[in-house]
Amino acid sequence: MAENSSEMHSPGPIISRREALQATAGAVALAALPLQSAAATSSPAGVSSVMAVSMTVNGRAHTLTVDPRQSILDVLRETLDLPGTKKGCNQGACGACTILVDGKRIVSCLTLASMHDGAEIQTIEGLEKDGELHPLQAAFVEHEGLQCGFCTSGQIMSGLGCIAEGHARSPDEIQFWMSGNICRCGAYPGIVAAVADAAERS
Amino acid sequence: MSMNVIGKPLTRVDGRTKVTGKARYPADFNQPGQLYAALVSATVGLGRVTGIEGVEVERMPGVVALITHRNAPKLPYLPHKGIIDPAVGERLHVLQDDSVRFYGQPVAIVVADTIDHAERAAAALRIAYDAHRPIVDHADEEVARIVPGTGKADRSRGDADAAVAEAAIKVDENYDIARENHNPMEPHATVAAWNGDRLTLWSKSQFLVNEQAEIAAVFGLPIENVEVICPFIGGAFGTSLRTWPHVTLAAIAARQVQRPVKLVLTRKQMFFTTGHRPRSLQRVALGATPDGKLTGVIHEGTGETSRYEQFTEALTAVTEYLYSCPNLRTQYRLAQLDTATPNHMRGPGEASGIFALESAMDELSYKLGIDPIELRRRNEPQIDEAENKPFSSRSLIQCYELGAERFGWARRTPEPRSMRDGRLLIGMGTATATYPAFHAPSSARVRLLADGTAEVEAAASDMGPGTYTSMTQVAAEFLGLQPEQVRFGLGTTDYPPTPSHGGSWTMASVGSAIRAACLEVQSQATRQAIADAGSPVFEASMEVLEWVDGGLRRRGDASPGLSYQDILAKAGNPIEADGSAQRDPEIAEKYSMHSFGAVFAEVSVDPDVGTIRVRRLAGAYGIGRVVNPLLASSQCTGGMIGGIGMALMERTVLDVRDGRPVNAHMADYLVPVNLDTPKLEALFVDEVDPHVNPVGVKGLGEIALVGTAPAIANAVFHATGKRVRTLPIKIEDVLTA
Repeated sequence: MAENSSEMHSPGPIISRREALQATAGAVALAALPLQSAAATSSPAGVSSVMAVSMTVNGRAHTLTVDPRQSILDVLRETLDLPGTKKGCNQGACGACTILVDGKRIVSCLTLASMHDGAEIQTIEGLEKDGELHPLQAAFVEHEGLQCGFCTSGQIMSGLGCIAEGHARSPDEIQFWMSGNICRCGAYPGIVAAVADAAERS
Repeated sequence: MSMNVIGKPLTRVDGRTKVTGKARYPADFNQPGQLYAALVSATVGLGRVTGIEGVEVERMPGVVALITHRNAPKLPYLPHKGIIDPAVGERLHVLQDDSVRFYGQPVAIVVADTIDHAERAAAALRIAYDAHRPIVDHADEEVARIVPGTGKADRSRGDADAAVAEAAIKVDENYDIARENHNPMEPHATVAAWNGDRLTLWSKSQFLVNEQAEIAAVFGLPIENVEVICPFIGGAFGTSLRTWPHVTLAAIAARQVQRPVKLVLTRKQMFFTTGHRPRSLQRVALGATPDGKLTGVIHEGTGETSRYEQFTEALTAVTEYLYSCPNLRTQYRLAQLDTATPNHMRGPGEASGIFALESAMDELSYKLGIDPIELRRRNEPQIDEAENKPFSSRSLIQCYELGAERFGWARRTPEPRSMRDGRLLIGMGTATATYPAFHAPSSARVRLLADGTAEVEAAASDMGPGTYTSMTQVAAEFLGLQPEQVRFGLGTTDYPPTPSHGGSWTMASVGSAIRAACLEVQSQATRQAIADAGSPVFEASMEVLEWVDGGLRRRGDASPGLSYQDILAKAGNPIEADGSAQRDPEIAEKYSMHSFGAVFAEVSVDPDVGTIRVRRLAGAYGIGRVVNPLLASSQCTGGMIGGIGMALMERTVLDVRDGRPVNAHMADYLVPVNLDTPKLEALFVDEVDPHVNPVGVKGLGEIALVGTAPAIANAVFHATGKRVRTLPIKIEDVLTA
């Protein structure tokens, strides 16, 4: 019981995702926007805190009004009611939120919607066509590439990216290039088998 | 009943739902008019909240409510302890006073119109504390070590201390296993919606009926006023067995704002108030004769708990029955720390305890110059010597034989540092795995429909093992239907109650209840057929009839018989029956019931930089009947991967100054990724256990992890000659003497 202090603690010594992005990559895109400090009492009157973006999600065009700090992940899940994409860590470290933006796999929790005006987005909900599973989806079921299923959307979207990049030529290569997607149940052998199988068929 | 659906490697019945993103986990149940809550977690490890600068936060964009202990409702917190809650102590009462008992304790909730507004406001809230230094280091001399109030902390037979002291060959060592967090992929989430005094919770839970009862007790509601819905769980490994404070907080918030509220914990908050595998400190002392017969065993262990509850686990329990030894003593203590209460994490207690015991057994084998498998063989008991009763089944030696053959144990040269692959040191190690075969009372419902299909319901859960699929198989088997003709539903408190989805007892408990309900509904169908004047079995006695492949016929009759469809077509109404099952107390009195297994590991260690890679793992298990070999194999290989984490990666590090977990991040709390995955093989010995339960299963989820960490540690010793008695094993451990 050595210390006995009474002082104000800000609960967030760790910089938030939005602040991090504002301070780094997002700074350019957001330069015109007011930076709110953590202690700001209210947003300045008359300054717009929303912006319009257009994006195509699973082939469907959307024009959305977004908070410039909103991640694509939150826009998908909370605004467009596409909850198939999962929020596992919101720290860009687990891969559960992986989607394809303009054909490239990205972690949608670290991607601001406001930075992707005009983007073409693919999520897990868009893979099934006319009741037919995408071959990679079918391969995940067949090869037991999942258990609880929570990382599965991200694994499948990442697997599509992995195959498209040409990084699925051997099981070793798949293991390396799929290591950004954590599966806590440990379904990795099935995930590798599924990606390898779909890569061969494509 | 000759369908043999049990035992078939069916792919998952919910596989399609999961790969299309249609499986809805609690956070996916957005409600009309829903608001979002964000928690504010204490940034001191012990003390009191003395000031809250809330006015400015309440004016921030989108903020609807700020709730702290100052304005939160005083809740009844009626007594309630489920089977999963610590028997001694009282759960945390959240936002009921100004005290801070551990770092990260929830001290406020912000409710806003969007996630971003809620998180922004929560991050801006300034709170003043009267802070004290918490005690969070288990090894701290100030830590109070207490005898658990649950009893059974110390067990003894013969004189273990004298036997070890006098033994010709001795091992006496200490072991330290780090605190771990479950870190399932899915964060805890609750969507709470009130309708008058009725509350609906879409909430991540491995124990729906307990969450229902707990929240009813906290709010002083009749149990039936609370409904809990959770059709899918994104992994849990024990963290969702208990109902943690965030569920109460979501309900408080929803009531305060009179709107549905969604609360999802951040990954960082997953390290605060949702349980953890407690760090354990252990001592194991073994005494043996020169030919390898154990003469004395001492196992002492201390686990962490909080100041307000006594969390206990089976840290020393396996030692009592695993090997034959006349002199044995175990002791279990708790270290009370300023942390949140720990809880069960996959293979709780057993996984930690067996690391110490199996490391010591391996060490003994080198001292004796006896092969580790041979050492186990020489100490194989005829009965459970702690309980003094026979095992219902025990296939440990068969597991070692099967595993050794498939793994290629014979290729191992016994001397440490004697095997190489190029410049890499290669090591092979093995260890025993075991876990009790539990069975808790459960119920289930079966409904036969006019089209001849069946609906089966139980308030069970599926956190990944494949409950949906395996229970479908059980029902199909006992009804004599094809799996496609059975729809199994779980994940709502509207269904008949089941025990927690943990402790490897789901199939034993829920499976047996489903079997009972199937037999009951079948018997009702029989009676209906007998009562039907137009039926070929009209007025036949039950005894001369039999069900074969879903057909009712007279014994000896070769015809397919009457189908459910035939019988139901007449009556027009579905037939519904509830069934329940529990362990026969006579059987429990008579037999010791446990699963056993043998795990084999091959590692490579870089002699210059100490990097350790697991190259191969093989686990052989005797688990009774295997309901679905495909799912069982997945569960085992997944558990072994979890064991790699325990052995080489997982550790929640606390800052001793304030109890803050410094690596509360998915990039800093290391878990195995795809590239860490070695060649894995799960093997099952043929084991028929006629006693354990009507389905004949002994459980699989826990034993799949138990035994992996010591097998890896033993392989690391074989590779390097360095005996590491702390987990996780780190590079520096093998580089230093």
